[in-house]
Formats: sequence, C-alpha cells, structure tokens
Amino acid sequence: MTVTRSNVALWVGLVAAVGVAALLGLGIGPVRLTPAEVWTALAGRGDVTAVAIMRDIRAPRVVLAALVGAALAMSGAALQGTMRNPLAEPYLLGVSGGAAVGAVIAVASRAPFGLVPVGAFGGAVVAVVLVLAIARAGAGRPDPRVLLMAGVVVGAFANAVIMVALASAPPDAVRNALWWMMGSVAGATWVQVGWLAAYAIASASALLLWAPEIDVLALGDDAAAGLGVDVDRAGRRAYILASLLAAATVAAAGLVGFVGLVVPHLVRSRAGRRHRAVIAAAGLAGAALLIAADLVARTLRAPSELPLGAVTALAGVPFFLVQLRRYR
Amino acid sequence: MIRFDDVVVRYPKAAEPAVNHVSFEVPLGAITAVAGPNGSGKSTLVRALLGRVPLSGGAINVDGDDTAHLDRRELARRVAVVSQREEPAFPLAVREYIALGRHPHTRLWSAADPLGTGAIDRAVEEAEVAAFMDRTTDELSGGEWQRVRIARALAQDAKALVLDEPTTYLDIAHEMSAFELLDVLARRGQAILVVSHQLNLVARFAKYVVLLHRGAVAAAGTPGDVMRGDVLERVYDWPLVVTRDPAVGAPALVPLRAGRRS
Repeated sequence: MTVTRSNVALWVGLVAAVGVAALLGLGIGPVRLTPAEVWTALAGRGDVTAVAIMRDIRAPRVVLAALVGAALAMSGAALQGTMRNPLAEPYLLGVSGGAAVGAVIAVASRAPFGLVPVGAFGGAVVAVVLVLAIARAGAGRPDPRVLLMAGVVVGAFANAVIMVALASAPPDAVRNALWWMMGSVAGATWVQVGWLAAYAIASASALLLWAPEIDVLALGDDAAAGLGVDVDRAGRRAYILASLLAAATVAAAGLVGFVGLVVPHLVRSRAGRRHRAVIAAAGLAGAALLIAADLVARTLRAPSELPLGAVTALAGVPFFLVQLRRYR
Repeated sequence: MIRFDDVVVRYPKAAEPAVNHVSFEVPLGAITAVAGPNGSGKSTLVRALLGRVPLSGGAINVDGDDTAHLDRRELARRVAVVSQREEPAFPLAVREYIALGRHPHTRLWSAADPLGTGAIDRAVEEAEVAAFMDRTTDELSGGEWQRVRIARALAQDAKALVLDEPTTYLDIAHEMSAFELLDVLARRGQAILVVSHQLNLVARFAKYVVLLHRGAVAAAGTPGDVMRGDVLERVYDWPLVVTRDPAVGAPALVPLRAGRRS
C-alpha cells in the first residue's frame, strides 16, 4: 500500500469519514442519541430501549450499509483497472441484471421472502458465467471489450426477462419486486451482516492480494504479457472476484446503483494510483458514502423511507459531473 | 541469448503462415534488428516470444531454455519487452510506472524486492528520464513517453531487451537518441532486438539484420549483406537505390519515384 507523507491525511480522513458517518447513522433516527449515548448503548448500558434500538436496528443497518458500499466500490475500482475502462462497474457487467432476474423470479413465484437473496445471488452468478461464456465464444478469450459488450447484452436480456415476469405477476408481487430492485438496507439483521461480512472480506482480501496484477493489466495486454502476467487468466480472475463481491451485496441489499461507478473515481489518484491503494480507499469511501446515503434515505421523508438506490443515483450524478471536469 | 529456431506461426483461418521457418540468433552485446515491410511477420515474432501466439513449429530459446517450458515470470526476468503500443488506462506517476518493471521480481503478498530501488534508480539514470519524475504518464510527449517505457523495461533487469518499432512517431533527434541509448546498452553487454521500419538507422546501429518478407527470411547478416538494392527492391516491391551514407559510410536506402527502376 502506498501510504506516503503526502496522502497520509487522505487516509486518516477516509477512516475518520467512516467513523463520523457511522456515529451519525447510529445516532440519528426517530429516537435521537448523542455520540456519548450511542457509545453507552452499544456497550449495553443505560436505557433499555436505547440499547435495543442500537443493537437490533441501527447497528446492523449501519454495518450492512458500510459493507454494501465498500464491496460495490472495491468491485468497481478493480473492474475499471482490469477492463481498462473508466465506465466499467459491476452493474454494467451483467451482475445486477442477473441478480434482478433471480430475485424477481423468487418474488413472482411467491417463494418465501428469505429466498429472495438466494435467488438474487444465484442469478448474479449465472449472469457472470454467461458473460464469460459469451466472451469466450465470441473472442476465444476474455478480451475486456468483448466482456463489456457481453455484460451489456446479458443485462439487456435480463431486463426483458424481468418485464415478461412482471407483466404476468400479481400486483403485490410487482410492488415487492420493484422495491427490491430499488435497493434498501432496512430491516438488516446480524445474520445478514454476518453472511455478507464473511463473504465480502474473503473476496475483498483476494482482490487486494491480486491488485498488483491489475496495475499491470491496466497497461494493456502486450505490456502485461511482457511483465510475466498471464493476461487471460489474471483478467478472468479479477472479473470473477469483483463480480462475486458485487453479487453478494445485491443479495443483501438489492440494487444500489452508481456507487461502483462513482466512488473509484473519487479516490483514484488522490489516494494513490496503484490498485491496492485505489481499491482500499474506494472501500473506505464507499462505506462512508453508503452509510450517509442510507441516513438520507430514512430521514429525508421520515417516517416513510426513500429507496436507497434512488438516493445514491440522485447524489451520484452531480458527483460524477464534477468528477468529469478532472478528465479535461 | 535468444534463439529463434525454425519458428512457424500460423494464425487461424490465414492461408499463409505469418512466420515461416525463421531462424536467427540475438547475441549479447549487440543490436540485432528485424526489418521488413508491413505484414512481413515482424511483430508476430515478438508476440510469439512473449507466448501471446502459439508456435505451429520450431522453438524459441532464451538462455538455452525453451520458452514453451519457461515460467512467464522467469521469462520476464530474462527478456524485457517494449511493445509497439501501450497506453495506461489510468495515468500513473512516472516513477510508479517504471516501478512496474519490477513486477516479475516481486511476489503478490510481499513488498520485498531488495534490488528494486537500485534497479529503478539505475534505469532512470540510464534512460535519462530523471527530469520527468514529478510528472504522470499522461503529461509526457511522445519522445519522453518512449524513453520512460524503455526505463520501465530496464528496471526489469533482464539481459535481453526487445523493442517493437521503438521510434515510430518520433522526430529525428528523439529517434537518434533512442538508438544511441540502445547502442550504449548493447556495448554494456545486453542483447538488444529491435523491430524497426527505419532501415537506414538499423544499418548504422545494428550489428546483425534479419530482413523478413512474407513471414520468411529474405536476407540475414551484417547490414552490408542485407542492404543490397536487388534484395530490398524485391522485398519492398518498390524502386530504390542503396548508396553509401556520406557521413559515416553505412549503407543507406533511397526510395525512388514510382516506375523508375535502378
């Protein structure tokens, strides 16, 4: 990790941002708690209601938001380098479409609600396999441009399947499916958090381990091959790891757009240019931003909640426009 | 150092092999040049050396080991390649970019590379890129970028250096200074293989020249052996004369206007 004197402030700032966002997320809600009250409630002391709110409702929700934001941002940072494309992100590569198909099929077939994440995860995995297979059939090897096109095609196909499934589904199933597709971390449980944490930490660690290969892949196929990297295998590995990381978030929180696209651009070159630094910084920034986005989603029009995916897109678009100025 | 031994490369669906029974050697301490018209198989040879295209016949040996059985990273520690085209997807600081040359010497999970800093500093000095170190790769001119790429290859600490069209897009001064740099490196003992269109430069700097024509060797030997009017006219299918460079006495090619045979 390239933590130099010049960017040490940024790393401290990123960690602090996660801390501040978490304190706000834990403290703000129908029952307002000061940071000190948050602390005592987390420790299990003081007011019983506050302890219950903190331990059963807000803490799992904040942690889930942090995990989802971190995973999506890290996935996007890795994919942009691997695909050599600043527009690459997990959702563009078929993950979201596949996950949505899986979830909608689960909802429409009136499966128990607990099976929706399983359907989403399964759909995402099928989409990733399909994208790789299409790219292989088309180019004979996982060429980044062909992978991107295959991802777009699988996404379009998934949209069509969703429309067909929803057209004949009962109204309440349509509503459930739509809500799921708009993304949310409401009703988070520790079980959910545990599953996602175990899964996300494993794939994120693998991505960070292989990050130096992404630096080399980002130079292009010929240059990477000259530096001793098996271009096809390294590219496929990064794509699979990043996609599975995003797939897990979809299973836990539905579709939360824009995080995987925007956050890597916010930290790239500020926190460093090597991918181990970019991916790690994207993870911290993604965690802080999604905790904040969830806070907005549940407080702006309280007591009703806005869809998390809508908040991230609404905030992400102006962010991205400002960011575009850096590429002039 | 590098030996191409009866190498055949056949692209799927192509009628003719791209490289057809090519044999030659790239010795230490000299510049060896591969020249030839567009599509004569020059770049395919480099891709074959990197293992990017499979051989249909023959073998490529590096330091006596068949590249087919050589680990990619080990190959990268022996042969550094400056490929024809390269544009980082995201700009890197120049030093970070040069440091990527250490990739084959480092392990993923450890930063340990005891010789790394020394190799990078040496590469910066040899390629004379110290002045660009506070810039990023997107803030370099074509000539500067080419030197920085050579520095990255030098940081790789390989005994052989392969450059595919290193002076395309460069003006005369940058072209000359790039070849002067290769000459210094060769004198210091490295094996240099240059794929180049610039026959006159090749004639001045290379010790051996391999002229390819439709995938096969049309002529090979010293620049004097290869730079012959009849050979070049047949290979390039264009009227030309070979004279003697008035300044240094090396053979020099002068293309004529269409329809005028020498």
